[in-house]
Amino acid sequence: MKDHHESTDHPVDTGPADSGRRAFMGVAAGVTAAVVAPGVVLHSVTAAPRSEAVTSDVRWGLLIDTAKCVDGCSACVEACDRENGLNLQTKPEGASQGHWDDQKAVWIRKVKLQDNQTGRVTNLPMMCQHCENPPCVDVCPTGASFKRADGIVMVDRHTCIGCRYCMMACPYKARSFIHKVMEEQLTLVPRGKGCVESCNLCVHRRDFGQESTACVDACREAGHEAIVFGDLKDPESNIRKHLAEMSSRQIREDLSLNTGVRYSGI
Amino acid sequence: MAKAAVRAGLVAVGLAWVLVAQVVLAADAKTYVLEGSKAATLESCVEPTDVMRRKHMELIKHQRDETVHGGIRSSKHSLAGCVACHIRSDAEQGPTPIHHKDEFCGACHAFAAVNLNCFDCHASVPKGPDAELASHAAFQAVGGDRSVQARPDGEDH
Repeated sequence: MKDHHESTDHPVDTGPADSGRRAFMGVAAGVTAAVVAPGVVLHSVTAAPRSEAVTSDVRWGLLIDTAKCVDGCSACVEACDRENGLNLQTKPEGASQGHWDDQKAVWIRKVKLQDNQTGRVTNLPMMCQHCENPPCVDVCPTGASFKRADGIVMVDRHTCIGCRYCMMACPYKARSFIHKVMEEQLTLVPRGKGCVESCNLCVHRRDFGQESTACVDACREAGHEAIVFGDLKDPESNIRKHLAEMSSRQIREDLSLNTGVRYSGI
Repeated sequence: MAKAAVRAGLVAVGLAWVLVAQVVLAADAKTYVLEGSKAATLESCVEPTDVMRRKHMELIKHQRDETVHGGIRSSKHSLAGCVACHIRSDAEQGPTPIHHKDEFCGACHAFAAVNLNCFDCHASVPKGPDAELASHAAFQAVGGDRSVQARPDGEDH
């Protein structure tokens, strides 16, 4: 079954046995959402949760077309904040705005590049690059920083001791540290004081079989379509087709990290 | 002879006292499942009650690794499922954070003098556009049609 925000022309592969039940669940969920939960936006209750461990048959990645990324637009950043509860952070009392801007958790940064020779300006979103050989994983003393089999680099907050070696090791300044007690979190995105965190390619969406990330959806809704999400190992996937057509680069290619996030036009 | 009788009498009184005390304590033992939560309407938890009381921390700890590292979200031992089922809410104020002293997790942990810090990081009320997904998955894993009941507003049908 499909998320109601998405078009219905790509049905998710469901077994014939449970499709009837899923159809019923969809109707039931819709009715429940409409009647019983006013004010609560139900994204979808019909996406099947993952019941088998992730495998390396897929590798998730992003392709960012910097030609389409608009100066001044921060739709992806805001969508990420909403999706992952980063907008629930509050400035500690007595902290200056500048200090807070430095310290608060940020999973996507809008970066502006200027070629000093030509003056050409490029805008791009920067987030965790989901390296195949992540330096953050190499340096983590507890194994909290790890790469999932499907290529997502993330932090197991249960074992993170907050040493921040990974922040030092990351060439992309992608990781944030939570300095203060968190009062509010989202159910699907646990986060709290003393842990490092970064973009996890909306890992909860992956595990519930949804097809995109919050930033991709937001970019599309803003009319730019600068970000493509997909499986880098599937030759038929949207992202691979784009990669085959346009030239793209990794940031800091010299480090041979084989990043899962690629940029075109830089 | 008299001494033996007194001793036997004392033992009998002692035994009787132990028996009475147990009955009284059992009657007095609180059930921490709160009125107004989904859990109060269900016959049992995901495992028998005595297992849950003794082993819930092992169950949760085991599934957390499967979820974080394997991405398995259909475990019936998920913390999101605990919260969705045991949360109590009233019409005006909405759901009360489950780790507060009078709520399901908080009350029992306070009684047992156990410090719990799950909710330093985990949401203590069902929250977020997709919160439903998590609890739905947990209910589905139990094998019931409890999905319809698992609502963040906690109202009865």
